[in-house]
Amino acid sequence: MQLLANVLIDGLAYGMVLFIIAAGLSVTLGLMRFVNLSHGAFAMIGGYLAAMLTREAQWSFWLALPLAVVATGALGALLEALVLRHLYRRSELDQVLFTIGLTFFLIAATNALAGPQVQLIVLPPFLAQSVDLGFRTLPVQRLFVIGVGLLVAVVAAFAVTRTRFGVWLRAAVDHAETAATLGVPVRTVQCACFAIGAALAGLGGVLGAELMPLEPYYALKYLVLVLVVVAVGGMGSLLGSLVAGITLGIVETASKYLASEWGSLFFFLAMAVLLAWRPQGLLRRGAA
Amino acid sequence: MTAMLETRGLDRHFGGLHVTKAVTLQLQAGDRVALIGPNGAGKTTLVNLISGVLAPSGGEIRLAGENVTGRTQAQRVRAGLARTFQITTLAPHLPVQRQVELALFEREGLTGRAWRSIDGYPVLAEEARSLLRTFGLGAHAGLATERLAYGEQRLVEMALALALRPRVLLLDEPMAGVPQSDGARLLAALDTLPKDLAVLIIEHDMDLVFRFARRIIVLAEGAVLADGTPEQIRNDPAVRTAYLGH
Amino acid sequence: MTTSDAPTAICRAPRCAPPWRLPAIVLLIGVAAWWLMPEQLGLLTRIAFMALLVLSLDLVVGVAGLATLGHTALFGIGAYAAGIFALRVHPDPTLGLLMGTAAGAVLAAASGAFLLRYSGFTFLMLTIAVAQITASLAQKARDWTGGDDGLSGFTMAPLFGRFAFDMEGRTTALYALGVLVVGLYVARRVVDSPFGLAVRGIHENRARMAALGTPVIARLLAMYTLAGALAGAAGAVSAQTSAIVGLDSLSFAVSAEALVMLILGGAGRLHGALIGAVVFTLLHHTASSINPYHWLFVVGAALMLVVLVPPRKAWDRLRARFAFLGGKASASARETA
Repeated sequence: MQLLANVLIDGLAYGMVLFIIAAGLSVTLGLMRFVNLSHGAFAMIGGYLAAMLTREAQWSFWLALPLAVVATGALGALLEALVLRHLYRRSELDQVLFTIGLTFFLIAATNALAGPQVQLIVLPPFLAQSVDLGFRTLPVQRLFVIGVGLLVAVVAAFAVTRTRFGVWLRAAVDHAETAATLGVPVRTVQCACFAIGAALAGLGGVLGAELMPLEPYYALKYLVLVLVVVAVGGMGSLLGSLVAGITLGIVETASKYLASEWGSLFFFLAMAVLLAWRPQGLLRRGAA
Repeated sequence: MTAMLETRGLDRHFGGLHVTKAVTLQLQAGDRVALIGPNGAGKTTLVNLISGVLAPSGGEIRLAGENVTGRTQAQRVRAGLARTFQITTLAPHLPVQRQVELALFEREGLTGRAWRSIDGYPVLAEEARSLLRTFGLGAHAGLATERLAYGEQRLVEMALALALRPRVLLLDEPMAGVPQSDGARLLAALDTLPKDLAVLIIEHDMDLVFRFARRIIVLAEGAVLADGTPEQIRNDPAVRTAYLGH
Repeated sequence: MTTSDAPTAICRAPRCAPPWRLPAIVLLIGVAAWWLMPEQLGLLTRIAFMALLVLSLDLVVGVAGLATLGHTALFGIGAYAAGIFALRVHPDPTLGLLMGTAAGAVLAAASGAFLLRYSGFTFLMLTIAVAQITASLAQKARDWTGGDDGLSGFTMAPLFGRFAFDMEGRTTALYALGVLVVGLYVARRVVDSPFGLAVRGIHENRARMAALGTPVIARLLAMYTLAGALAGAAGAVSAQTSAIVGLDSLSFAVSAEALVMLILGGAGRLHGALIGAVVFTLLHHTASSINPYHWLFVVGAALMLVVLVPPRKAWDRLRARFAFLGGKASASARETA
């Protein structure tokens, strides 16, 4: 019973982190049809910024977190506007290669700047403690992560369904050319989406630093996991990423607790089964 | 006489849309039949159903009496059915001659052979070249298909279909997108089609239709509206309503 | 007869190059290197089996047009099969090579039957899944594979009963080179056959091939299986020549590296795979001895550069520049295979 609760809480937290990071990639893939394999780097950068700010500059976590997130978003916007948008028309393979090259470059740069050791983020005392719910004590950090994940999901759902931006976004996802002729500022939407996705990735990098240690190879190591969540959830579907993230997060955590000698077998087995069953993703949205 | 191509009550739904409604038609050997109809009538869908790209929701398709409804596209080709595409569908980087040789290899069942070089089949190479010459493409044999003019690419489409020596040929708007200047060559090519081949052609160009077809089938909103000689169709009031709205 | 810029055509206008030409060139260069650089034989061996791996990847990615990031599974299973065979059954290299080749082919056929039902991004992700599942199984089956510690403790018997795998690596280098040359000859013949042409046709336009009556999935599966066989052979050679097999032979990094090598060298023409493997392995060897991370600077920049200025375009521009030297018609009418 204790074990089950542990698995659920840790799995849910892990899943939320995956969701938060994957959300941006899912929208980029679904919206711009752009295969951005450097997305993991944004998560890494966000985490590193928070680590630097809390450790070197002695900032409070509550200040460092939003700054790291915003800075990562800004970096994403810059990258998109200057470099990546020129690749939208290129073949998928070209996009894959360029963004992998970019990732390699960023990994090497991270190592050059900060060294190969794992970066730790200094958590505020509030998060570092455990809360006693009577029947169980739960680490606040986990609850915080789950809470933020739900908040992101709710805000994203609201933004997509109720706001003007959301209307534009959905129009652009379904059919970019038509949307443009209808007056939707497609370029702005694309850049904004990319920036928000990058910012979310940064947020995920910070929140998940305990489960996914920050070191230069982070950008590549966890890319596969994020790609899996996007593929299983369906490109362009935020809800799909949420469901896929939570499902796979729990599967992976359960297998770590119960069958660790099997490695990530069950994660990838679950992924293969889900993808084979629904090749377009669990909840695909956007035009084929 | 058994029809070369026959459909009985062919039906197709797309979600809630009923795009093909109980289409029944017949083609005999040597027929020249045009399939016409307003945009959105479901002509290309019908061709896709017959060729096997789409599976029907109901009904039957027969090739020379054989029921091919459950068969794959490849199986139907081997049973004698060939088609061209409305949007040119060629391998862009292969030289034209190689593309035709590929059709010939496929026809002869040789694409399972993995050891002898493609240069080791002089008879088929000559057949490919001669087929290209009849379409006036002999000089372009070595060019990649993407390098040809659009009209010439349409000719290659037709050449590929003929290379398969089909019994039934479906031409999906062969003149689509072809500039006037190249149109004559395509028309000439249509005149050289084998006499015993059953041909169904989708076209919007009425001059071509009345010149080429001995029979016309009119499709409107997925169903067969009329089926008869060009004279009958021209004078059919229902057809005029469907096209002109009055 | 005019010819064309045919980026993915291996045969341009009517004639293909003789199939033994490229293997012969490789053999000559390889033997020359073996003779002239006796202290670099370990590196030469590595280049040889990496080249075979990238060649096999070219069949899948360049010829058949299937983007995969799970190719390492075929390499790794060949390595483990050869290692386990040497350890438990018989240390003869040729038999082990056959086992590795067969293992790669079997895994390719089995996984391909499932994978080829999908395409595009889904296919790519599923290839990753298959590779990761294979790696996890290898890690779990400690009794057979040695798990995290790897498989070692086997010594190869002399090749053909006569040539021992010596410490300097003289025999191993020639062995690896020989396997590469044979694999290259097979690949060349297959790609220039009607089967190969059909697969290239499927790559360029699947709908067209289906309309010609080609059993598309069957053809792709056959090519995938052949590629698996060659990758398995490469794995077997790597196991036999280093006398150790580790889990890293099944890692995602190997798949990614092989893909990078292929793209840098130029996919679809077979010789590009060889060039990419040689250049990349040499670069890696030099750069990583300085600092493993600096290596990533080099390859990252190279990748970004290659996308922005594709090597084929640069190469074609160079050739156009020097066309007056060789006479354009004859130079391009006979494609250098």
